[in-house]
Amino acid sequence: MAKNKDGMLESTGKIKLTGSDYVIRGIGYFFITIFAIMSIFPFLVILGTSFETEDNIITQGVTLLPREFTTAAYELVIKGGTIWQSYCLTIVLTAVGTTIGLFICAMTGYALQRRDFPFRNGISFFVYFTSLFQAGLAPYYLLMTQTYHLNNSYFAVLLPLMVSSWLIILMKNFAKSIPHELTESGKIDGAGDFKIFTSIILPMLKPGLATVGLFLALGYWNEWYQSSLFLQNKTVLPLQYSLYKIINEAQSLKNSVASQYVTVDSLPSESLKMATAMMATGPIIFLYPFVQRYFIGGITVGAVKG
Amino acid sequence: MTTINPRKVEPYSVKGSLRRKLFNSKTLILMCVPAIIYFIAFSYAPLPGIYVAFVNYNYRKGIFGSPFVGLKNFDFVAKSGKLWMLTQNTILFNLAFILLDNLLAVTVAILLKEIQSKSFRKVSQTMMFLPYFISQVLVGLLVFSLLNSDTGFLNVILKGLGAEPLRLYKTGDPWPLIIILVHLWQKTGYNSVVYFAAIMGIDDSIIEASMIDGANGWQKIRYIILPSLKPTVVILLLFALGGIVKGDFGLFWNLVGRNPILYNKVDIIEMFVYRATVSDFNFSTASAVGLYQSLIGFILVLTVNAIVKKIEPDYSLF
Repeated sequence: MAKNKDGMLESTGKIKLTGSDYVIRGIGYFFITIFAIMSIFPFLVILGTSFETEDNIITQGVTLLPREFTTAAYELVIKGGTIWQSYCLTIVLTAVGTTIGLFICAMTGYALQRRDFPFRNGISFFVYFTSLFQAGLAPYYLLMTQTYHLNNSYFAVLLPLMVSSWLIILMKNFAKSIPHELTESGKIDGAGDFKIFTSIILPMLKPGLATVGLFLALGYWNEWYQSSLFLQNKTVLPLQYSLYKIINEAQSLKNSVASQYVTVDSLPSESLKMATAMMATGPIIFLYPFVQRYFIGGITVGAVKG
Repeated sequence: MTTINPRKVEPYSVKGSLRRKLFNSKTLILMCVPAIIYFIAFSYAPLPGIYVAFVNYNYRKGIFGSPFVGLKNFDFVAKSGKLWMLTQNTILFNLAFILLDNLLAVTVAILLKEIQSKSFRKVSQTMMFLPYFISQVLVGLLVFSLLNSDTGFLNVILKGLGAEPLRLYKTGDPWPLIIILVHLWQKTGYNSVVYFAAIMGIDDSIIEASMIDGANGWQKIRYIILPSLKPTVVILLLFALGGIVKGDFGLFWNLVGRNPILYNKVDIIEMFVYRATVSDFNFSTASAVGLYQSLIGFILVLTVNAIVKKIEPDYSLF
């Protein structure tokens, strides 16, 4: 059987590709091309419009290719805005939350798959139950605001995204693929369980760490929900939530750019929204093609056995 | 501990006294402690607060000092017809999502397999995966930029053709369709990953053998690829059914959540609970609806898991 360099079947003398093979192949190319273009099309509209003048947007609408190219909206966001503070906040939240969350998930995930850990089933259930039954939003909101007093605290965003039962189970599945003999050999050498974990297991767990870490980081970067619940009176907001406010509230748009640069009447609100959106999403668009394989790994490892 | 063979390491005895077990596995227990504390603080600690669903909540008196009213909060939302409407909307949307998601994801996966050029496949897969990585906030803006009646892309084109602009943000009628389409746009790249992996896992020799036997392209899909996907589809469908009363809050909220003209048609449980909590501070009603949802969801997951355990024990959750 002949295969081309990509390992795909080629028509040879022995095996004939029939007419319908070619039809399906044609449909495949056509449909996948359309779908792929549709997937990125709205981004291209936002990108094009972010470089368009406000007047043109108002009179002629959004556009793929700016009719008059201008970087005015970006200049306004960069010069006058609170966007740098939002960037810093989001980066700090992402870095701190991902690091701590990753460490907790890795320790727990490793411990819970150790066959010789007598409490693993009990603790696994304790962790898993949290995804089966939740108290709901209102009791959670009351606890966070009345008991923990986390209203208008960045901890209200940092903490709730740090660990989840899904991520621990994902990590557990990755840790399972490390041979138990490695743990055994560590024990023979007289290492304690924590020492075994840090010096033998962690280096072997890199794919799992990358996958879970990226899921965590994406969660923090795209966070807007906890912010909308708890950060009502903050001036510096995580990126996505400040984008949310700029999109939905005229007042915060005015606040987001210092008023000495423009008068409120001439505020280019449409192009500002687009430029802010591009800046808030830019890092993801540049990075995700390089890291998507970890997400694909995570989906296939974690999909069925949630 | 008797060590006959010095190289054999005694496992932490699964037998033996509790104290011995605790002592032997103290490090592993300590390694789980941060996660345990975390879940106590953020998942278990809110549970007693469910009691707020059974009181007439008063801010000054707190949850447990407020007057007990029994099931009145449930009665209130149930009698107004609101609860049933929310449940219906949530379930109908999820049914549409589950069926169309899987149909489209399987289609995309099968067609991706047909793509011969590896670089073409890589690039198109990457493009289709992009919507998965962006925040729901941006999804809201993308949809608005395409559909709004003043500057939206769709209406720019309609105007160019001399047609009347569509005022989609003035009426709720088209939004069920729009929400479903946006959901498919956002999730298909992600959903197709699992099916594509399953297809790539099919033994090439089976496909080759079928081709030697003269199977054409349709037959290959109908008799080899689809049957081999069946277990994955069945399991994923079942688990999706377990979550059928849980709505995709971020999507709904960012598309229609702040516009009553739009959301009255497509209101789901999560949006009602969010508004009742954050806008109205009506914690008792919010919690009643939330508890109703959690209980149904809990029963559904247990049922689904029991079914999965019967047909495919390896895949059951617990």
